[in-house]
Amino acid sequence: MKSKAPKLYGIMAEFDNPTDLVTAARRTYEAGYRRINGYSPYPIEELSEAIGFHHTSLPLIVLIGGILGGLGGFFMQYWMEVIDYPLNVGGKPYNSWPAFIPITFECTILGAAFAAVLGMLALNKLPQPYHPVFNAPNFALATRDRFFLVIESNDPKFDHDRVTGFLQGFSPRDVADVEI
Amino acid sequence: MADNQDKASIHVTTPVVGGDLTFGSVTDQISSIVLTRKTPIGWFIGFAISFALAQVLLMTITHLVFNGIGVFGTNQPVGWAMPIINFVWWIGIGHAGTLISAILLLLRQKWRTSINRFAEAMTLFAVACAGMYPVFHLGRPWLAYWLFPLPNTMGIWPQFRSPLMWDVFAVSTYATVSAMFWFIGLIPDFATLRDRAKSKPFRLIYGLLAMGWRGSARHWHRYEMAYLLLAGLATPLVLSVHTIVSFDFAIGIVPGWHATIFPPYFVAGAIYAGFAMVLFLTIPLRWFYGLKSFITMKHMHNMAKVMLATGLIVAYGYLMEAFFGWYSGNPFERYMIYNRMHGPYAGYYWALILCNGLTPQLLWFKRIRQNLLVLWLISIVVSIGMWLERFVIVVTSLHRDFLPSSWGMYQPSGWDWSMFVGTIGLFFALLFLFIRFLPMISIFEMRTILPEAEVDEA
Repeated sequence: MKSKAPKLYGIMAEFDNPTDLVTAARRTYEAGYRRINGYSPYPIEELSEAIGFHHTSLPLIVLIGGILGGLGGFFMQYWMEVIDYPLNVGGKPYNSWPAFIPITFECTILGAAFAAVLGMLALNKLPQPYHPVFNAPNFALATRDRFFLVIESNDPKFDHDRVTGFLQGFSPRDVADVEI
Repeated sequence: MADNQDKASIHVTTPVVGGDLTFGSVTDQISSIVLTRKTPIGWFIGFAISFALAQVLLMTITHLVFNGIGVFGTNQPVGWAMPIINFVWWIGIGHAGTLISAILLLLRQKWRTSINRFAEAMTLFAVACAGMYPVFHLGRPWLAYWLFPLPNTMGIWPQFRSPLMWDVFAVSTYATVSAMFWFIGLIPDFATLRDRAKSKPFRLIYGLLAMGWRGSARHWHRYEMAYLLLAGLATPLVLSVHTIVSFDFAIGIVPGWHATIFPPYFVAGAIYAGFAMVLFLTIPLRWFYGLKSFITMKHMHNMAKVMLATGLIVAYGYLMEAFFGWYSGNPFERYMIYNRMHGPYAGYYWALILCNGLTPQLLWFKRIRQNLLVLWLISIVVSIGMWLERFVIVVTSLHRDFLPSSWGMYQPSGWDWSMFVGTIGLFFALLFLFIRFLPMISIFEMRTILPEAEVDEA
């Protein structure tokens, strides 16, 4: 399928303020481009909305992590104290469940927190040391004070000259090809 | 969109940082401390002193492991002494970091942004210091892994009905989640440092830590969600940790410990002590590194107010302890309170009331809250007061056992003190390293609160 891999990753426009980037991203989405992405030095809620990215399954992953952590925590204690090594401590029942609650709670939090961190990294496909956008000129400023919009070459509507002209229309600081 | 306007009005009405900052200057000023500025001579002096003190900790631990915990003053009837006092003190200090980073995030308190990174670092290092005590107080610290439910050839398991086991899980979960929260918060800033670093090794190290972060909008979206969820998880966690620490006492049927006020009273005390430590550290730091436009008087004001509020809860706790003692009608409880106020350790009790009950009342006055020197001195007094509180709780309840024949006195040994001084050294040594090699203020979060961060789609 990837017999003729595209040499071009996409075309990138560079802006120097968030408003221009969000406006451009919104217009680009409205113009029918879907394989687009914005890059900014800090999170901009309007930007992910503008590129049509609303949903993330992270909360569900965290919920599952928390449930598994909690069940794991409780039944670990249950199995150890009731089944594998029952020990009479001060005449308390083997299944003294109220005494198991603090650890169950901590395990819930631990499971959910690991799910949040690892889930976020996995969904973002990090760590990823190399990515084509790092080739773009000035992209090092994406972690300082510049804002970037990319239309990727695998977008169905992608056409090099049309996209370049389209991005020029937003009067960005610069429009550049990003190579793989 | 209504939400956006809401946010805009928050920005306009409460400028939490100096007005002339831009994306570029914020980035450059904070990253320059790590990357380009010459390391100040004061840093070397401070690090040398704290590193030397950290060696005292190593010496103490070596002596302790060779000779057993008899080198401490801990002995019957005071079987819990300096190690648990210091453990609770350090854990408590850590709590302000989580409060600032998680609870204030959920409450949308923008001012937290300037101090959260630093406070989280403080949390981690304080928890590391706290962890030393239970491990080395075991007597045979090489068996510390018995505390964890690991399969073993003896075929036994830990006893989960004990609050000490709850403590193991609470503290290790707390340390793990705090470390993850801190690291996640650092990833975008590692990317900033990677892109600014001039020397190759630094670029490589920060690049590895940044894991290829590139500020993609999709990444930010998930990142923000993860950060928010972690804050939501850390909030009940931090409350549970000191609650469980207080269970170490409250579950035991010892006069003065077996009280329902303990969990909230411990949590408030922890936040109180933690804010005192944050003030103690940030006041010199902002002066030394010229960070006055980042950490403004507003921050000092707010922290002083949090300290006052939690100080009042703690004072209420002291009042209730005395009331419970009297109202219980139990002669042992009554005697414990009487002995606490009039017995051989009465001096410690009244010093505690002076430090924690009366001194923070000065914070009612705006002029005091604006005077940084006085604020700094109050933060020291509160830190001492919180140490005294744990001393009073632990020692006065234990040294008069139920039978007068088993009464005794507690005297910390030199090794008790050297371990305490050593952990203070470790704490500061880690803080100095943190200040030198990591951005002590969250750069990307600072960018979000600048006026130019507003998206204004007319």
